[in-house]
Amino acid sequence: MTAAAIRYGAIDFSFADISAALSSLFPGQPEATLDQRIFLELRLPRTILCLFVGASLGVGGTLMQALFRNPIVEPGLVGTSSGAAFGSAFFFVLGGAFHFADAIWSLPLAACLGGVVSTYLVFLLARSREDGRASIVMLLLTGLAVNALFMSAIGFLSYLARDPQARSITFWSLGTLSGANWRSVCIVAVSTVVGTTVALRYSKQLNALMIGEEEAAYLGVNVNRLKWIILSVNVVIVAVATAFTGVISFVGLIVPHILRMMRGADNRFLIAASAVTGAILLSVADLVARLALRPAELPIGIVTSAVGVPVFLYLLRRRQYIF
Amino acid sequence: MLEAIEVTYKVSGRELISDVSVSFAPGKLHLIVGPNGAGKSTLIKVLARYLRPQAGRVEYDGVDVANAGEADLAKRRAVLSQAVEAAFPLTTREIVLMGRYPHFGGRPGPVDEKIVDEMMELFDVAEFSERNYQTLSGGERQRVNFARVLAQIWIDREHSSQEGGRSRYLFLDEPLTFLDIRHQLAFMKMVRDFASDTDVVTVGVVHDLNLAGRFADDVVMLDEGRVKAVGAAAEVLTSENIRSVFGVEPSFIPAAGAGTHLIFD
Repeated sequence: MTAAAIRYGAIDFSFADISAALSSLFPGQPEATLDQRIFLELRLPRTILCLFVGASLGVGGTLMQALFRNPIVEPGLVGTSSGAAFGSAFFFVLGGAFHFADAIWSLPLAACLGGVVSTYLVFLLARSREDGRASIVMLLLTGLAVNALFMSAIGFLSYLARDPQARSITFWSLGTLSGANWRSVCIVAVSTVVGTTVALRYSKQLNALMIGEEEAAYLGVNVNRLKWIILSVNVVIVAVATAFTGVISFVGLIVPHILRMMRGADNRFLIAASAVTGAILLSVADLVARLALRPAELPIGIVTSAVGVPVFLYLLRRRQYIF
Repeated sequence: MLEAIEVTYKVSGRELISDVSVSFAPGKLHLIVGPNGAGKSTLIKVLARYLRPQAGRVEYDGVDVANAGEADLAKRRAVLSQAVEAAFPLTTREIVLMGRYPHFGGRPGPVDEKIVDEMMELFDVAEFSERNYQTLSGGERQRVNFARVLAQIWIDREHSSQEGGRSRYLFLDEPLTFLDIRHQLAFMKMVRDFASDTDVVTVGVVHDLNLAGRFADDVVMLDEGRVKAVGAAAEVLTSENIRSVFGVEPSFIPAAGAGTHLIFD
């Protein structure tokens, strides 16, 4: 799959081209040609970024579904993605005015801040006044409201924006991997690996949570602490990915669902497997996005939504789950 | 020994249990009875430290339980709830294994596996081992959960060197709700057997006064969040108490081999 994702696109590369491009990196070899440089600086980082972003979204989806004990939840639902997209949009439209637009880290930082603010806003508002606990129902409804708030804020920003900026906002809200470079690959790789490793440590506790918060508490799980840790991991991996690719919906929804149908819901298996499956799935989606209207490309969010929305509706129609 | 000392628990300013002081000795089966809204479940949850009382304290072996670590507490305190739903498909064995989660880090050890096997045998659920828990009936689930809860505080005599000296605590929050009569009886007998262990404190909530009268060593009768009566079953389940707390008129009918039987009017 990865091989196909590397080869095909607006320009197709043969394996000979690829090996020539790779060898040009070593001293003493001939300088890279234009095509080879396209491969090295665009196609290759894009393919690798795609793997890490897919893994992030897959793990994020699994974590959120385990935390909310509900198979229709995905990272977008607790506000993370819309907050991150708002952060990016804010950066694009108004960043220049505050003189921080030039720094390399500004954009991912803005997206992360947006993701953190929106997610913690959801959790803060969902907390009960009585005992400080956040019930699942309150979280879901609050997430819905906060998402609507940030999406309308993005709409407002795009209304303010002059044309090129507005276009980039559309790009953000539909998702694309076209901005990939080696720097973004490194940053997303770090957040994905660290986040997934932390999440794996809590897979047993997440299993216990599946039979209810009260039961998990009796099994020695500090439920509120677990919620905060898992939410924080989710915010970091999803917001960092969103910072470089925009909102890519439904990957986090589909991946855990496929795996659960295949091998049950044990989180010790699910978390690692959803990283791999997410990476594969997003690679396919990106390939479709690049090839469908070649040489132009579709925002990848359109592709994932086309597959994800029917799955989402199917899950909603099944009466097995209580919302 | 388990003690509640002047415990009050409030929600929105309303006291669900008020100034409750009661102690529970090990080796006995203690059952809490009372009408709806008397605070039975609340008291169980406060005793199990799921709810934190606004006033008073709960002591395990003479030590205030408020500051006990979650993981440490889970090794010696288990709670069987009314109905346990799994959000996602898990095998029955994994559900029972959860009882051992507090005892192992990454992977279950041989003792954990052994206890899980034994508990599944004991509760006659070994045949469901690989079945999806969600597809089991209410009664089957209840047995699986009892296996899980006992696995949590079970001590394997061959391998236990530590863990001695401290009491274990078993709480049962209306455990009979989904069981038919046969399973109710079998269940109560199993609870009574387990409760007779000298280092186990067992406290349960039941609705059926006949079951309480027959199986309890001690009965606590709650009314409107306060202790109405406490003591041996025969002393607590009197006509006078039942009349004033439940608002029904009881008659005691002698029953063959099982003491007296209560009917209500």
